Amino acid sequence: MSQPARLHHVEPGRAEFYHRLLRQMLLVRRFEERAGEAYAQGQIGGFCHLYIGQEAVAVGALNAIRPDDYVFASYREHAHAIIAGTAPGAVMAELFGREGGCSGGKGGSMHLFNVEHNFLGGHGIVGAHLPLAAGAAFASRYRGTDQVVLCFFGEAAVNIGAFHETLNMAALWELPVVFLCENNRYGMGTALERAAAVWDVYRRACSYDMAEETVDGMDVLAVYEATRGAVTRARQEHLPTLLEARTYRYMGHSMADPIHGHYRTKEELEEQKLQDPIQRLLRQLLDDELMTDAAIERMRGEVEQEVEEALRFADESPEPPPEALYTDVYRD
Amino acid sequence: MATKVLMEALSPTMEEGKVLSWLKREGDTVSSGEVLAEVETDKAVMELQARGSGVLRKILAGDGATVEVGSIVGIIAAADEDIGSLLQADPSKQAPPQAEAAKPAASRPPPKPESPAMAAAATTAPPSAGRVKASPLARRLAEDRGLELAGVSGSGPGGRIVKRDVERAAIRPLPVAAGTSSGYEDVELSQIRKTIAKRLVQSLGPIPHFFLTTEVDMERAADARAHLNGLDDGPRISFNDIILKAVAAALTQHRDCNAWWLDGKIRYFNEVHLSVAVAVQDGLITPVIRNAHMKSLRQIAAESRELADRARNRKLTPEEYTGGTFSVSNLGMFDIDQFTGVINPPEAGLIAVGSIAEKPVVVDADVTVRRRMRLTMSCDHRVIDGATGARFLQTVRRMLENPLAIVW
Amino acid sequence: MPVVTYRDALNQALREEMDRDPNVFLMGEEVGVYQGAYKVSRGLLEAFNERRVIDTPIAELGFAGIGVGAAMVGLRPVIEFMTWNFALLAVDQVVNSAAKMLYMSGGQIPIPIVFRGPGGAALQLAAQHSQALESWYAHVPGLKVVAPATPYDAKGLLKAAIRDDNPVVFLEGEMLYNAKGEVPDGDYTVPIGVADVKREGSDVTLICHSKTVTVAERAAERLAAELDVSAEVVDLRSIRPLDTETIVTSVQKTNRCVVVEEGWPFCGVGAQVVDELQRRAFDSLDAPVLRVTSADVPMPYNKKLERAAKPNPDRVIAAVKQVAYLD
Repeated sequence: MSQPARLHHVEPGRAEFYHRLLRQMLLVRRFEERAGEAYAQGQIGGFCHLYIGQEAVAVGALNAIRPDDYVFASYREHAHAIIAGTAPGAVMAELFGREGGCSGGKGGSMHLFNVEHNFLGGHGIVGAHLPLAAGAAFASRYRGTDQVVLCFFGEAAVNIGAFHETLNMAALWELPVVFLCENNRYGMGTALERAAAVWDVYRRACSYDMAEETVDGMDVLAVYEATRGAVTRARQEHLPTLLEARTYRYMGHSMADPIHGHYRTKEELEEQKLQDPIQRLLRQLLDDELMTDAAIERMRGEVEQEVEEALRFADESPEPPPEALYTDVYRD
Repeated sequence: MATKVLMEALSPTMEEGKVLSWLKREGDTVSSGEVLAEVETDKAVMELQARGSGVLRKILAGDGATVEVGSIVGIIAAADEDIGSLLQADPSKQAPPQAEAAKPAASRPPPKPESPAMAAAATTAPPSAGRVKASPLARRLAEDRGLELAGVSGSGPGGRIVKRDVERAAIRPLPVAAGTSSGYEDVELSQIRKTIAKRLVQSLGPIPHFFLTTEVDMERAADARAHLNGLDDGPRISFNDIILKAVAAALTQHRDCNAWWLDGKIRYFNEVHLSVAVAVQDGLITPVIRNAHMKSLRQIAAESRELADRARNRKLTPEEYTGGTFSVSNLGMFDIDQFTGVINPPEAGLIAVGSIAEKPVVVDADVTVRRRMRLTMSCDHRVIDGATGARFLQTVRRMLENPLAIVW
Repeated sequence: MPVVTYRDALNQALREEMDRDPNVFLMGEEVGVYQGAYKVSRGLLEAFNERRVIDTPIAELGFAGIGVGAAMVGLRPVIEFMTWNFALLAVDQVVNSAAKMLYMSGGQIPIPIVFRGPGGAALQLAAQHSQALESWYAHVPGLKVVAPATPYDAKGLLKAAIRDDNPVVFLEGEMLYNAKGEVPDGDYTVPIGVADVKREGSDVTLICHSKTVTVAERAAERLAAELDVSAEVVDLRSIRPLDTETIVTSVQKTNRCVVVEEGWPFCGVGAQVVDELQRRAFDSLDAPVLRVTSADVPMPYNKKLERAAKPNPDRVIAAVKQVAYLD
């Protein structure tokens, strides 16, 4: 697998849409690179899980929903928060623990929230946000709206009880939710094959008589199309879907973890990078003459500037005041 | 432009990192993102990446060096760039040039010898505070009423002064020691006795208690009691009566335990007036069996019963519960194995009596079951020294283990 | 005033709040078709249909989380646990999701949810079904914890809990469901965080909640009759927030205190009460505060052993004699 495959069908008439996808992927990648550097410089603390390599999943999927749909994610969610509509500065400020952060500096990297854009976290316990997503979908049915819930989680979550309890009830009650498994092959340092009896995540859906699909998670257009299908099923038929996107993370589990070592080889990582989702879209847009080198450079420049502005915003944002310690524990 | 290579925070808890090995050497060309070195954090082995491009001009922390996060471990700059100012800037942040492990152990300064005074102080355990025990409420009430808690006797557990004790003390003057007769001798304090008294008070509190415990074999006393109670006339003899009789008899042989601590002197009594602790509904009172050393077991039994009854009915007059020279307190009926009583000042001693229980003991190399009882003597150290009290307690034990000795 | 059972008082509260607010729904095992494992939800399915009275599979973690998720987007779920023993499977959602969401979202997402069900021991249900776990939940900032003892308080507190914008852990008692008491017709609430002096007294304060209120009241009657001791019975009603004002005021009057609770002694609710008292009523105490709790063992099945493990009036009286120095 040395030569990357062509992307899911590219239509010449949709150049502007592809440009948007490309720009979003470039933005969140640059954001994560700079976040990694800021972490190394001590500006970001705690756990910090970077998304580099997996951009096609969040970008493809989040372009397939409506602004009033709900999004839930795990703790590797900087990109999801940004693409869902959160200003990169508010996300970076949250990583910096500042008052201007999207959770007021009290959530941090793992707990990004943006109610205005229906981005509902940012959850740090593996698998625990699946029932929350089903709950939001339940509310959608309860109220008779056609809002859909998109729930991202890693493949390691499929072995935990909450996954099974939730899929069962979502199928039983016909809840409009898309369970999008970002299978990046490693739960921290444990390969899926060493943790699961069934290696194809999507096959778990048959236990619950649920629709399923698997998709190349390094192909942003394929992710977009697959999610669109699942979202339509949820919106029109109130049926949930288990969608498995096969992807790869380039970084360690968190900033504190090695990029490769005992659990995977450097060679494996280098080979996976040949499938880089950004490079694949970029090359195809050039090949199909849907974008010029100059336009790409211009886009990189814009993205660079946007991330620098996010860093500046975060850096200038004040620390939360001491009294913030005791606010937001209870709602009066 | 030169780029400092810093020891980066590669984990949330990392405070320092160890350079395992440099993958680049001084003079190597490096580009941004390239791995410069492997670093061991508190969690894993991580890669230290170049944050700028150029030539790795200087390595400031060699293989094996452990340096704080934020320290400069190297410098990347253009081949001809002057890095002198970087090398000098902020020396405190500069990593040590060699590995920590390479430092000779001997360079560590030897530990300071402790001063003799310090060492001496350390061997003397701090005395436990002989504070007056009182409930917080009792303290507050006493303060409000200007009462000295030290002068109030506590009726709570372990002699704790509680609310009712303060209220009672506030309306009734404390009993004063009964008038004296010729049946005693005042001895002026010697210098050494004064010094002992002063120092012990300083270290332990108003009454410097110490405690002695002995276990008594009660088989013979029990047999004697059974025989006596088999006689049809007279009051029933309790174990406590036998103990009172033995204590009174023993005190005649140990005048140094039959005494009062008075301000500036010790009063040794030739007569034994035994204070016997009696639990009453709202506390505890100690009626006195006068001249107990001269009374028969029958008299002691009758008198102690009568005094206890009158105590429970609150019929005692002050003369009847003051003027004792030594106290006996018995909680054996509550299945208390042993306890320490609080001295009833100005008396200098008290024996606390535990329950009689069957226990396996070794007699003549055989394990056999015997009725055993524990006595704990509380002594005022200003009056009674350890050996003095121990000898007295030994006499009491011998008398109880061989009741004939009481009348010997 | 009508006399109703604790069970029916809860039923009234659910019915009235579901009538009042269309966002309120009831979810749990056997709440609908079966009419409730303990019949608290009797008739609600017929009154509100299966959209609002939802039977779940046996999946506490899952449906607790679905409740929290629904609350995140503005509904007001009442999640019934058949008993709090089974809710241990859902502790992650109660603690990590419900209690912390408001804080970690920087105040963006309140969780107006009630988790309710019977707690504590019933009769001879043995170790896994007999435990009072209120101190577990009360430990967690972000949760409110209530445990009513009477039908009046049960109805008023459940209505207050449903209207509260925070997650409320609502502990009922299987042995309390048949308890009868006066409950007024019509709407009222009992404020969360306010204790209630169930009996006035002057010599000792008995602090209790839930089932131990009855234990304390019986002990108080006997103390008055047998020992001429006047005991004040303070029903906490809410464990968190704890009404320290009422507790401290009572102990400042009586100078003595015994805490009676059904939980285990170690880190129990009583430990918290004692801590408050030693700081805020130190100079009023004439004796150390004593606690009467369940024995520090898993609950035995045997009837006599079970009885010995639970707090009872005799143990309360013995403790009172100690703090009043009557021994």
